[in-house]
Amino acid sequence: MQLSRSARIAVRAAAGLGFAVIYVPLLLVLVNSLSPDRSASWPPPGLTTRWWSAAWHSSGAREALWTSVRAGLGATAIALVLGTLIAFAVARYRFFGRDALSFVVVLPIALPGIVTGIALNSAFSTVLEPLGVGLGLFTVVVGHATFCVVIVFNNVVARLRRTSGSYEEAAADLGADTFRAFVDVTFPLVRSALLAGGLLAFALSFDEIVVTTFTAGPGVQTLPLWIFDNMTRPQQAPVVNVVAAVLVLLSVVPIYVAQRLSADTATASRV
Amino acid sequence: MALLTRTAGALHRRPRLRLALLLTAPLLWLAVLYLGSLAVLFVSAFWTTDSFTSEVVKVWSADNFHELFTTPVYRQVILRSVGVALAVTVLCAVIAFPVAFYTARVARPSRRPLLVVAILTPLWASYLVKVYAWRLILSEGGLADWLLGPLGLHGPGFGLTATVLTLTYLWLPYMILPIHTALEQLPDNLLDASADLGARAGRTFRSVVLPMVLPSVAAGSVFTFSLSLGDYITVQIVGGKTQLIGNLVYANIELNLPMAAALATVPVVVIVLYLLAMRRTGALSSL
Repeated sequence: MQLSRSARIAVRAAAGLGFAVIYVPLLLVLVNSLSPDRSASWPPPGLTTRWWSAAWHSSGAREALWTSVRAGLGATAIALVLGTLIAFAVARYRFFGRDALSFVVVLPIALPGIVTGIALNSAFSTVLEPLGVGLGLFTVVVGHATFCVVIVFNNVVARLRRTSGSYEEAAADLGADTFRAFVDVTFPLVRSALLAGGLLAFALSFDEIVVTTFTAGPGVQTLPLWIFDNMTRPQQAPVVNVVAAVLVLLSVVPIYVAQRLSADTATASRV
Repeated sequence: MALLTRTAGALHRRPRLRLALLLTAPLLWLAVLYLGSLAVLFVSAFWTTDSFTSEVVKVWSADNFHELFTTPVYRQVILRSVGVALAVTVLCAVIAFPVAFYTARVARPSRRPLLVVAILTPLWASYLVKVYAWRLILSEGGLADWLLGPLGLHGPGFGLTATVLTLTYLWLPYMILPIHTALEQLPDNLLDASADLGARAGRTFRSVVLPMVLPSVAAGSVFTFSLSLGDYITVQIVGGKTQLIGNLVYANIELNLPMAAALATVPVVVIVLYLLAMRRTGALSSL
């Protein structure tokens, strides 16, 4: 389409404004973590790294970070297994209810988090409490795994759809049995999709707050729960600022690695 | 080793068995655990709560839904939530379109992949941090006040406006990406044909580009709409005293779970209706 010069300039200006809207808040978080002031007034009266070292020594933040990492690893491990199993079933077999299954996989992430959260919460309290198991890190892992499955599924199923089953058949013709064909042929084909899916699932779990609120027992505090808890406390504001800044910097990692690992867009999997 | 070989052979001959092995664990998890919990939740919306003991009474009744539609506060909050979700969707579309138009058609082709990453990156930044960023911007004496100060204006402060702005910011990439993809896939020869038939840029835009991109706008709107409707954290952080459906659900969980469940069905039903409406535009096939 041949745009006039002025139209081009207008589009450029509008897009520039759009990108500014996207990035200014993130940059603000970074700058604010260096502000010596406890309030969020702009412009900051100076710059200091004092709060960064304070945050480094904050035991609450450290503990929450460790909890988040453990929850994320647990959820990712379960999601990798379940997501891969479903992906193979959906991509390589035809069966009754296949479409329904692909739909159910998406449901935990499509429904509002609060719906999934209270559904799991009341299920846990009716089923687990009589058994003497209360809400804790375990229930957080179960909750997170439920909505992480779709991420792994999307990545692996996209890969399987692009690689036909004839590779496995060729392996079988050459004498490889089912396990051999999986280890030597199928697994190497999906390995990078698994890595990308696992990474993105971890990132999603790491960031989740709503389902976590309803599945975490007393004393279990993931990093988002910690931030939410301390956000409104003026005393803790500088440390929250630093933690927020660190998370902004870290968010570049999953997208970068996932993009390198897998062409099956990191876009679709967030959805 | 022999056993392994025999198992492999048995598996190879029985595809149904292989399928059953693949599906057992995921189905137990998703169909039994997850769908089961959901089903119980929605059934419990038809139970009631003893107002003295706060115990759930498992007697079938539609009282909760009756209350939902007759209590003015509930009606107001539901309408406000839908209004917020629609406002966020419109704002996202308005901001996303020029950005996507630039990244897909105006920017130099060699730069486009980098621009897509630039749109994607904030999508993976922490949800809570992004809301926090807006709390900083909109707080007393924050960036908004500083920017608007010279014009003699104040920032909007915390409230409904802040909620709409923050939600727009949160879900914007979900709108930019589908529009970008649609614009990128727009065949050049269609645009050339339009020009050959005498249409100027504006006319081509209205008659060719817009109709072809609209399903993608609808696809993006599915995300912006449903994510906004289910949100209650953002409102708590930047909404001041504003209440949306999510807050009502949250407020009822402890004392009146059946009412919370009934309230929680509202966003689900609205989202399903919205999905059905969008399906008519062909949006879902372009997801």
